[in-house]
Amino acid sequence: MMKSRTAALPYVVWMVIFIVVPMALVVFFSFTDRSGHFTLENIVNVGKYSTVFLRSIWLGALATVICLLLGYPMAYIISRAAGARQSVMIMLIMLPMWMNFLLRTYAWMTLLENNGLINRLLGAIGLEPLQLINTQGAVVLGMVYNFLPFMILPLYSVMAKMDSRVIEAAQDLGANGFKVFYRVILPLSVPGIITGITMVFVPAVSTFIISKMLGGGANLLIGDLIDMQFLGNSYNPNLGSAISLVLMVLILICMGIMNQFDDGENTGGMMI
Amino acid sequence: MKAISKVYTWIIFIFLYAPIVVLMVFSFNDSKSRVVWNGFTLSWYERLFQNEEILNALTNTLIIAVITAVCATILGTAAAIGIRGMNKWVKRVVMNLTNLPMVNPEIVTGVSMLLLFVFLHDRLGILKPGMATLIIAHITFCLPYVVLNVMPKLRQMDPHLYEAAQDLGCHPVPAFFKVVLPEIMPGIVTGMIMAFTLSIDDFVISYFTGGTTQTLPVAIYSMTRKIVSPEINALSTILFGAVMILLIIINLRQIRDQKRQKANRKGVAKA
Repeated sequence: MMKSRTAALPYVVWMVIFIVVPMALVVFFSFTDRSGHFTLENIVNVGKYSTVFLRSIWLGALATVICLLLGYPMAYIISRAAGARQSVMIMLIMLPMWMNFLLRTYAWMTLLENNGLINRLLGAIGLEPLQLINTQGAVVLGMVYNFLPFMILPLYSVMAKMDSRVIEAAQDLGANGFKVFYRVILPLSVPGIITGITMVFVPAVSTFIISKMLGGGANLLIGDLIDMQFLGNSYNPNLGSAISLVLMVLILICMGIMNQFDDGENTGGMMI
Repeated sequence: MKAISKVYTWIIFIFLYAPIVVLMVFSFNDSKSRVVWNGFTLSWYERLFQNEEILNALTNTLIIAVITAVCATILGTAAAIGIRGMNKWVKRVVMNLTNLPMVNPEIVTGVSMLLLFVFLHDRLGILKPGMATLIIAHITFCLPYVVLNVMPKLRQMDPHLYEAAQDLGCHPVPAFFKVVLPEIMPGIVTGMIMAFTLSIDDFVISYFTGGTTQTLPVAIYSMTRKIVSPEINALSTILFGAVMILLIIINLRQIRDQKRQKANRKGVAKA
């Protein structure tokens, strides 16, 4: 049709300058010291923070699993609802996402505080106040709250396309409820599960606000570590770049593993 | 089974909305307390509208969002058209380039752009982190969304339409504006709306690339770090209300369009 390949030229130039060059700078800074000489010290130093990495992966994975367990039934319920109800429910799932995530996290901050609403309510029914904020649990809760829609939406978009006659056929052929789920519904929703997992895990593992606001100082995550090297107290862009590089590689590996479970056919998924 | 799913749906919605409702209710509370109700007031809203930091940040956010949406839409639409004409191999490279900022963690994109801007400013003396860098950064992370929204519309379009227009004596440029553009308009509009909202909502990349210039989310962040005042609650309520009204309008329009389409179809059937 249009042979105007040149139309893409400004875009390609733009993306090279503002995406590729910055990425190259990250790599360059990772392997140099302050005076610009080659060194492996930064990469080696990342190893010192292995506990932070492990904590981020663990909390991120936990939040992802909880999102999947909470989101899967919800997506299924929505996909089996009547047409008009479906779109209303999906809008209601998306609506909180339109509020800035800082405000959403802030909302939980005020609820979980030591003399916050939840502890007041506990006190009112005669229970001891609990330490809720500044715990790992609070961080996971913040992640689940912020990213649950990212799990529900791709799951829903796959399930909505699922032919209900396939499920009926399985039932007619004598499969019980569990077998229908395990042999029919679950395999058909795999693409949605994979998209959902990546869409929750990537932001969860690299967050730095949720841990700062709900986790206090004790529950540092990779994101906080990177933030500290660039805009925080311990200014060291070389180390910061090295940590970013490791984080990037880590996520690429995770996504590579996830894609192994996909049959290669990208039927599901939904870009938001 | 029906009852269980009903209860479950309610639990999820309460989980999603309870914190927001509490936040909004306490924006009308006549005390700084976020726990005890002391009576109704609008004073936090008054204070919010006198808070220069917030108003400044809001202006910055809107300026950036408008410029970003316009530039990203033009660049992205042109890119989508260009990518269509590429051969398979080049196309694959460009699509990977497009996907890169979307799969990369936001913090890495932000940090990498910070490195570039610091480098440009220190070595070449151009682009001091501020408004200009914010706009560049926002255009960069919004571009892929425009490209990915326009491309499917181009694919759905009948390629012969453009040729037909030319065969009928239309020059390529007017043919593009009269034939191609209207066909792909829905994709362009969706991409533009997405770029606009993504830009307004962005915190992470603005935080790293803005220097001392604050956007609204960055200002909110610095507010939550200081002594917390219910002004934030008031701000949340206003933003949430605005979004809600916007979504209701969009939905009502969609329903109206659907009804009209149905009516048209009936009319055609009768005729």
